[in-house]
Parts: sequence; C-alpha cells; structure tokens
Amino acid sequence: MSFPVRDFYRSMADRVGRTLADRDLGNKILIQVGSATCEHAAGSQAVAEEFIRHIRASGRKDIVIHRTGCTGRCSREPIVGIQVSGQIPVKYERVNRDLVHRIFTEHIQGSAPVMKHVLDHNPNTKVLPEREFLFCEGSRCQRSEPNLRVRFMAMLEARGIEPHRVNVAAASCLGVCGLADGTPATFVLARPEKVLYRISSDEDLAALLDGHVIKGQVVERLKAQEEPIALEFLERYGDVAFFNRQSRIALRNAGVVDPESLDEFIGFDGFKALADVLTRRDPDWVISELTKARLRGRGGGGFLTGTKWGLARKQADTDRFIICNGDEGDPGAFMDRSMLESDPFNIVEGMIIGGFSIGAQRGFFYIRAEYPLAIKRIQHAIDTCRANGLLGQDIMGSGFDFDLEIRLGAGAFVCGEETALIRSIEGERGQPKVRPPYPTDRGLWGHPTVINNVETFANISAILRYSGDWYARLGTEKSGGTKVFALAGKVRHTGLVEVPMGTTLSRIVNDIGGGVSGGKQLKAIQTGGPAGGFIPASMQGMEVDFEPLQKAGSIMGSGGMIVLSEDDCMVDIAKFYMAFSQEESCGKCTPCREGTTRILEILERITQGKGELEDLDKLHRLSRLCQRTSLCGLGRAAPNPVLSSIKHFREEFLAHIVDKHCPAKKCVALIRYEINAEKCVGCTICARNCPVECITGARKEAHVIDQAACIKCGNCFDVCKFAAIDRV
Amino acid sequence: MSDCRPCTTDNWPELERGYRAMLPEDVLAFIDANRTREHSESMLIATLHMVQGHYGHLGPGHLEAVAQLMQVPLAKVTGVATFYHYFRLQPRGKYLINVCLGTACYVKGAEKIARKLTDELGIRFGETSKDGIFSLESTRCVGTCGLAPVVMIGDEVHGPLTPSQIPNLLEGYLARAAEDLVGESAAEDR
Repeated sequence: MSFPVRDFYRSMADRVGRTLADRDLGNKILIQVGSATCEHAAGSQAVAEEFIRHIRASGRKDIVIHRTGCTGRCSREPIVGIQVSGQIPVKYERVNRDLVHRIFTEHIQGSAPVMKHVLDHNPNTKVLPEREFLFCEGSRCQRSEPNLRVRFMAMLEARGIEPHRVNVAAASCLGVCGLADGTPATFVLARPEKVLYRISSDEDLAALLDGHVIKGQVVERLKAQEEPIALEFLERYGDVAFFNRQSRIALRNAGVVDPESLDEFIGFDGFKALADVLTRRDPDWVISELTKARLRGRGGGGFLTGTKWGLARKQADTDRFIICNGDEGDPGAFMDRSMLESDPFNIVEGMIIGGFSIGAQRGFFYIRAEYPLAIKRIQHAIDTCRANGLLGQDIMGSGFDFDLEIRLGAGAFVCGEETALIRSIEGERGQPKVRPPYPTDRGLWGHPTVINNVETFANISAILRYSGDWYARLGTEKSGGTKVFALAGKVRHTGLVEVPMGTTLSRIVNDIGGGVSGGKQLKAIQTGGPAGGFIPASMQGMEVDFEPLQKAGSIMGSGGMIVLSEDDCMVDIAKFYMAFSQEESCGKCTPCREGTTRILEILERITQGKGELEDLDKLHRLSRLCQRTSLCGLGRAAPNPVLSSIKHFREEFLAHIVDKHCPAKKCVALIRYEINAEKCVGCTICARNCPVECITGARKEAHVIDQAACIKCGNCFDVCKFAAIDRV
Repeated sequence: MSDCRPCTTDNWPELERGYRAMLPEDVLAFIDANRTREHSESMLIATLHMVQGHYGHLGPGHLEAVAQLMQVPLAKVTGVATFYHYFRLQPRGKYLINVCLGTACYVKGAEKIARKLTDELGIRFGETSKDGIFSLESTRCVGTCGLAPVVMIGDEVHGPLTPSQIPNLLEGYLARAAEDLVGESAAEDR
C-alpha cells in the first residue's frame, strides 16, 4: 500500500532539512532582527541595514542576519537578538544605529555584551549567566512542586556557584504536563542546551547539579520524552520574565521563524499536522479532536470550533466555503495582525485543515486594508504554498483540491460581524443580516460557510499535533488552551501576552505587564474593545474566561486589554467607546443607529457638566433597549461600556452630574487651570505657550490666567517647570 | 451602400472606449480578467481599492467607469464607495496623515497630538493643506497600540509621539516633498 501524502511530506521535510543544514546556521553568529509593522515603526529596518553595513565592512562570513516576525514586546522595540552557538541568546531592546555599532564592536567582535541595553536588564547584574534552568511552575496542572526550585538554588549556593553564572527561574507553563503520564514531576528546561528534564526528587536535583552543571554533560537518565511546543521560543526568550510567564501556542513561532520562509516553517514541524490529517483522511477525527480540545472561537463569540465545523460538514450542500476573519477592528487589539505578519504559514495550514474538515473547495482571507504588511505576507505564503503543492489541485498528493485568496476590507468595523463580512466579500455594503440562518447553513453566496478568527486558525495545527486532551488540560473546564491578549494603555510593558485560559487579570497586568506605568494606581481594566466593559481594580483577582468576564458585565472579545489608571475618567472613556460605536453603526436598524446617537448625546452632556440625575435612568433604559432590539452584535454590545461603567463607577457619574466635578480631572468643561502664586517664579514660559494669550504677568512675578478667555488646552500645565499650575 | 453599418441605437463600443480611457491599464486588465469568473461582481471592492491606489481617491468619473465596465449599477458602486471609510471621494495631499484615535492612543494623549497637528497644518480633519502636501484624517487603530500614541503618515507609522515632536516630523516630510519636486523638475529638464 502506498502513502502518497506521507511520502510527499517526508521528501519535503528531507529537502528542507538539507537546505537548512547547508546554511549551517549552527556555527555562525546569528543577528536576529524583528520585521513587522510595529518593529518597522520603531525603526528596525534602519537597524537591519546598519548591521548589514557592519558585516560587510568587517568582511566576516560567519555572521548572518536573520529576519523574524515580532515577539509582541512592543514597548521595547526594535528588539535585536544575538545568537552564538553554545551561549544563551542575548536580546537587546530599543536598538538604534548607534547601539548597532556598539553591539557589533563590543559584543560580536569583542564578545562582551552591552549590558546596559539588554532586554529587561536588571542593573545589578554585571554579566550574563552561562546557563539557565527554567522550572515549570504551572498553576493549572498542579504537578510540580515549587520547593524543588528553591532547593536547587540552595544546592547551587552550597557548591559556591553564583546565581549570575547559573540562573534559576520559574516559568509559568512549559505546556508539556498535559503530555506526560500520571507520575508527578517537575519539568525543567536547561538552556542553552535545549534539554528538557523530568525532576521528581532531591536525588534528581543532585544528579542534575553534578552532571549538567559541574561536568557539563546532559544527564540522559533524567531527559524527558516530551518536547514543549514552544521549545524554540523558550530557548530564545526564556530568560525574560515577560516571556517565560506566558504560554505560547498560537504565538509559538512569532519572533522565531522568518515569516517569508516556507523552509523554516517546515523546519519547525510546519505542515506536519496537515500531512497527518490528509493521511488519515478522516474529517471526523479532526472535529472530534477540536471538540475534545474545547477550542472556542477566539474572535470573541466563544462558540466551540469543533461544533461549528461539524455543523457545516453535515450540510447537504457540498459547495462550501471557509473564511478567516482578519478584520481586526477593535481599537486596542493587534494580535491578528501580529500573527498574520509573524507566522503566516501557520494560519494558512489551519485554513487548509479547516477546508478539508468541512469539505470546502475555496477559502478566503478577509483582511483589513489598513494592514498592508499582513496582506503582503499572507499573499506571499499563499503563492509559495501553491508553488510547492500545498495549495491548489491535489494537495500533498492526497487528491484534495483547495485554494485560498485574499479579500480586502475597506475600513468598516461592522464587517467583523460574520454576516456583514460575508456581504463584504460578495462585493456589497457590509450590512449584517438577521440570523438564523447561520452562515454554517447559508453563508457566502447562499452556501454553508465557516468563519473563524485568525487566532482560532493559529491553534489548529498545534492541537492536532499535541492532541485535543493536551490542549484542553491547559485551560479551564469550559474553555481549553490559551488566549492572546493585547496589553496596552497605562501599563509598563505593552505588547502581546498569551496565557492559559483562567489566568487571573492581576497576573496578566501586574506580573507580566509590570503594573501600571508611572507608579499610578490601577483603576480598571477594559476588555473586549467597544463591545466590552470595565473590570474595576477590586476585581483583578478574577480568572479570565468567557463566562466570568460576561458575568462582570464585560466580554472576552478578541482580546484587547486596556489598562486604565487613576488619571482616566470613566465617563470620558465610556463616551469614547460610544462615539466609536455610533460612528461605526452601519445604520441599517433603528435601535443601533438612533440608540447609540442618543446615548452619546447624554454622555456628552454629562461630561460638559450639564447632566441631570435622571440621565442615569435614561442611559440605563436606552442601553437595555439597544441591547435587546438591535439586529447584530455591534448594536447589541455597544452599550456594554456604558452599563458596566455605571455599574462599577456610579459615584464617578454622580460626581459629574451632581457636583459638576471630574475626579480624574479629564473632562475639559469641569476643570480649570490656576497659577499658584507662591510657586510661580515668573519665567513667562506659560504665557509664551498660551495659544489664546490669556496669561498675563510681568517677568519674575507671579502670573495670572484670565479664566474667561482660557480654552483649557493645558499647554501651560504641560510646559511649567515649577509645578506652579494647578488643575482643579 | 458600402459604408452603411447596421443601424443601431446602441453606442456601447463608443461609450466603452470613453470609459476605458478613464481607468489605468492594470485596473482594466483586472476587470477583464474577472468578467468571466463566477461571482465577478464580488470583485467590486478590490477594483475600487486598485483605482484609489492609482489616483489617491475615487472621483465621480472613476465610479461611473467602474460601474459601466463591471456592469454593476452605479447606485451600488456609489453605495459601496460611500459605505466604507477607507474609500475617499475627494482628492488628497501627497502625504495622508492618519492620527490614530484608538483606545490605547486615546488614553495616552492622542487628542493633544491631533490638536497640535491641526494647529501646525492650519487645517481641520478631512481637509488638505493649501500646498497640497498634507491631508489630515483620523483612524480607529492601526494596530500598533504598544507604541501609542501613533500617527501614520503615508505607509509609515510614527510613535510614541509627543506634541513637541510634531513640527520636526512634518518638516521631514516637507523636505522629502521638496526633494521629490526638485527630482521631478530635473527629470523634466533632461
């Protein structure tokens, strides 16, 4: 019996293995530079050019530039990694042209890392560790024993091995526990050797110390059979707390592979899951694995993906379609862009598997026109796959025909809604339709259609390779696996964070995000974008999952997470979201079109100090009406930010309405600027910067603001060097 | 009688020539290639993207030409062009400045950036500067929230920005525009 798919995959993997071996990156010094929209904005292209210039000038042939996508560590970009074989990779943050020169001369040519600019550098450490042990301390699986790590550190100390030589750290989850058999053990990843150990006793620890640390040999007896899915990611980034507290599955290749290299993707087991699916030729197996995995729609709907695929598969109509929803319109969410830009082949693989499982012949990527680089990389991935027999006729020799194409969005938020998205692909105005019929019954051009979010597709190949049970075990009882959040707003480390379902908000914001920036107090966390709501700081112990968030008046949404500090006015932010929804309402149904407009009017009145007490009741009534009677998700969810802000921050609304006072001092109509005569030294800088020239006063004498003429722009407040301007 | 053509009121060939003259070659090729495909009308948005990519905006003539050549009612073409924010019906400046007013940018002071831009350029949102170099618009999130607040000029994203950086940023683009102008006139001279 012949296995055409297996042979196809094997020959492809062999070819790739040879090409990668020819390149022989192992003995070279690798300079890794990120390339994605955000990295480019931070200046990574100039950095790469500068490195190329330096390499050329040095005449060295053993230094190679490697392009990768982005890791999602936005606030520290551009990030540059230097990999020398046998050493833990060093990452630099906020690299610019001058720093390139220092890195090149001091680190690459002189082998002394530029410590001051190492990513998340602790100013107390003067040298980088030679070795690192990452102890898995996943809170979910409860297999590990935290004391093992502490005891190992004590053993190292007893032997006189300093922590800066051999570093011991806790990782939040290596993602291997779900693979292991019943006996409890702690998994430990040794870097830079990339060896995974299973440790269960003090004897094991002693053997690890003697063998691995002292003798420098791998202890075969303790080697684990399993391989963490994000092994390569952990190897490169495992020493950074921001990364080792995450569990990377959907983002496992982000910042690791070259997004425009099919070979590299295959080198990291890409298309292995597809080969397996096409060899088995059993769509029901795929669907049952996804159902076991409890993978729920990552766009925010939370519908079980396995069930959705099963519904489409059961249809009598055999003309079926599959769509990847990349119309990431929620302000504050950018994980889809990052995945499309950093790991495009993975999304394509997920879609081909989806196409096979539901029996579709064609698939569509629907991507926002605002993401030009994502469009370019997906198009490149599609073309490359087609040229290599992975798309088109007879995929991998299996006899399965399937093709993909890109359709561009054109800046309409409502097109993220599935029926509106379908209309848009059909070339119409993106206005939603009444459901049912659901797209799985009658979707694109009236045929059964499955629409999934980018992140959902990003998880498919991982689930099929590591089993649905493994994926389910990472998450909660109701939702399996991990979720990517886009952490932004007033938080120290902004960026993409992938954590197991059920992780607490506090862990995401404080442990991974480093807490509120500028030493301010956390006020609330906004999740789910304009359709979501606010979680007050008092509830930050809450576990993140679809149901708990909904119970608190918010939603999971696509995973936007905006941190708000004491400086943010909740009425103002609620107004901001309502203005968004009002503008994006497509206008088809009255409750949404009129409802959002009137709610916005009332909120504007309140922030202008013209609110009345009965406005709160009016807001409540209107919001409920809008929620209950709107046609699609946009209108039904639009009042969420208003309702949840009233629910959790009622006193702030009352302060605006009754006291005509904005506690966060944000609402322009409710504040005024005054000059503190005692602090003012008469430097005149405020008067010079006032656009309406309403500040008067002689040089070296206290100035005065003419309140009648003041437009409250705040320029004087920003420019005063003596903190002499009070905002009251 | 040799010069007598079949009598017809259908002036389509003549009209078609006129409409074809209004659109660039690549768009015409795209429309022709799609005409025979199933659901060819679904390529309307893609076609409009191409036209806008070429001219920078969609003029009334462009919409009519697309409608006629794709054989889609003009009412539908206009409906689509006006529904989606990405399509512009007015000509715009050489550089389109898009101020991100997404949540992350908003809480980090995008309004101040926006005000500084309107002050510096002397135009309001939706307008184009008199020299035709800058157009000012706002957008809802360009997906680089980690760098908030950001401004997108052309295809380039800038951030995190403070109002005081705005004049320098604009200077850079003005210099680039002037250089282009010099380059163009030099080419003409040659």
